[in-house]
Amino acid sequence: MSWRVVDRTKAPEDLGPGLSEAVKAKIRTFFDRYPTKRAAMLPALHIAQDAIGYVSLQAMHDIAELLEVSPAAVLDVATFYTHFWMHPKGDKVIVVCRSLSCELVGGKTLLQHVKEKLGIDEHETTPDGKYSLMTEECLAQCDHGPCMLINEKLHKCVRPEDLDRILADPDNDKLDIPRSDLFDAPPEKVEQS
Amino acid sequence: MAYERYLMKNVGLPNSRSIETYKAGGGYQGAAKALKMKPDEIVDLVKRANLRGRGGAGFPAGVKWSFLPPNREITYLCVNADESEPPTFSNRVLMENDPHMLLEGILIAGYATGTTIAYLYMRGEFTELFHIMQKAIDEAYAAGYLGKDILGSGYSLDCYIHRGAGAYVCGEETGLIESLEGKRGWPRIKPPFPAIEGAFRKPTVVNNVETLACLPHILTRGLDWWLSLGTQNSWGTKMYCVSGPVNRPGCYEGPLGITCRELIYGEDFGNGMRAGKKVKAVFPGGLSMGVLRGDMFPKNPADEVDPDADYDELDCKLDFDDPRRYGLMGLGTAALVVVPEDADIRAVTANVAHFFALESCGQCTQCREGTMWMYKMAQRIRDGAGRSFDLDVLAEVTENMGMMPGLSICGLSDGAAWPIRMLVQKFRAEFERHIGAQAPEAVARRIREINPAAYELPIAAGAR
Repeated sequence: MSWRVVDRTKAPEDLGPGLSEAVKAKIRTFFDRYPTKRAAMLPALHIAQDAIGYVSLQAMHDIAELLEVSPAAVLDVATFYTHFWMHPKGDKVIVVCRSLSCELVGGKTLLQHVKEKLGIDEHETTPDGKYSLMTEECLAQCDHGPCMLINEKLHKCVRPEDLDRILADPDNDKLDIPRSDLFDAPPEKVEQS
Repeated sequence: MAYERYLMKNVGLPNSRSIETYKAGGGYQGAAKALKMKPDEIVDLVKRANLRGRGGAGFPAGVKWSFLPPNREITYLCVNADESEPPTFSNRVLMENDPHMLLEGILIAGYATGTTIAYLYMRGEFTELFHIMQKAIDEAYAAGYLGKDILGSGYSLDCYIHRGAGAYVCGEETGLIESLEGKRGWPRIKPPFPAIEGAFRKPTVVNNVETLACLPHILTRGLDWWLSLGTQNSWGTKMYCVSGPVNRPGCYEGPLGITCRELIYGEDFGNGMRAGKKVKAVFPGGLSMGVLRGDMFPKNPADEVDPDADYDELDCKLDFDDPRRYGLMGLGTAALVVVPEDADIRAVTANVAHFFALESCGQCTQCREGTMWMYKMAQRIRDGAGRSFDLDVLAEVTENMGMMPGLSICGLSDGAAWPIRMLVQKFRAEFERHIGAQAPEAVARRIREINPAAYELPIAAGAR
């Protein structure tokens, strides 16, 4: 979870972008998978973050209305999991593994290099809005450490000298296998405010 | 010596993910056979095979299934693909290369337990894997192995993927269930066990990916084959993960009971340490289970295993029982991470403590406060401001956490306490050596940095 302190007494316009009708319709398609509407919470948050770029307060209100739970319940869940951001992030999130196996083969050095190269610390975004950084625990590819995720793509055996090439590649977050759009926001995206 | 691969038999084959490749190799025969048996017969078979859970706890799957109440109206199967224990990656290797083996296992387990819906809980970081599994599920539906009236047996099963979003505690079975229900992944107190009251308050079975992947093999190759592999009460084949600075890190398969030494040095496994270094420590079952001393220490001349003496412990066999003789909590996930002789044990301890401090869900006071307390102490020790007294405090904190002493709701706190306690216990000499090499005022300076007001308190007195 990534958050900044938010003043809740602010006017409704400051709750951030909400969910479009298309996004809400997509979330509703998950209802028949589960016996309760509440169980669609994680899928809804994934789709909302994909649509808006982060989980805004307005998005939480919209999800709460769809799932018939209180907005506090949505905030509860969104802040528990590390994947969801409560404030805008860059187009691409670099997630560097910081667990023991990667550290023993140079993970700390890699993280240091990433921070220096991008000029940001964890949970921050580069000024051009392209990259955000966070660390995560074991990404479960320990035989190819040190590893890092850029959005969906896992980069393995990353050495500091590989960073320039990886960061310069515009397709560094593209998968080369067929994708399922189950947790993607529907094509019409909401502009980040 | 290379062992025959059963679970990993399709790993490395071209187009191994497709259902055609899987069926060409004899896939879904186990499910076909199972659907002709009665569900109770399958539960009995799995009990006799003593298939123990491969997710970390090692609880017998057949016994778990038999806890389901007989006159239940609905059953759910949750597949635990939330593989977050460092340094485990065997589930990933299995799902990435052979998703259909898992689906066949889900089908067999679903039929044996009377499941109507199976939820495949996959951690959020398995981004590529989600697409692979979803495609495999679509293929299985199209070929009639999921959905209504599977293979004409009258049994119907739906399988949905539920993506997590980054929480180790959602690998705990009740944490997984809570997360599935759309809440924070806060584990529940047991009893009631998931078999009685689980997902959506209905009977639920939670099984690990590898445990389920063993089922097609038990059915097709038979019970005698299964009982011919492994050791007493630890039957069967296992996927071992080897990571850290070894020459060949990777996932290897073999019967239960292979020694750590073989896994690190065997030419079919790790093939030795990089740059010929010796091993300082190895975590043979994932971080939670604890640590063994490596061959940097002298060999034990006696036959008796003494976890308190500083001897090489790499002869520990990785089955469900032998690790306990060395003081470990159990087999865990049989995933090794090897710490070389030139690594700083204080940095290793801080890394381990950081993991548990961040992944603690926060429900239980001992775990929430204890893990963060251990992390702060480990950080201070790593940064060269430790005291001998800190090691005693760490040991005391680890004894006051955990589900086993009855102080926490789930086993994360045991998993946090055990490695820290063992690291401090088994490598005390090294910690003391580092502490002895510190400048005399290092601790006082650090304490003043953290809290200037502590300068005058008695707490600083022990530091000098």
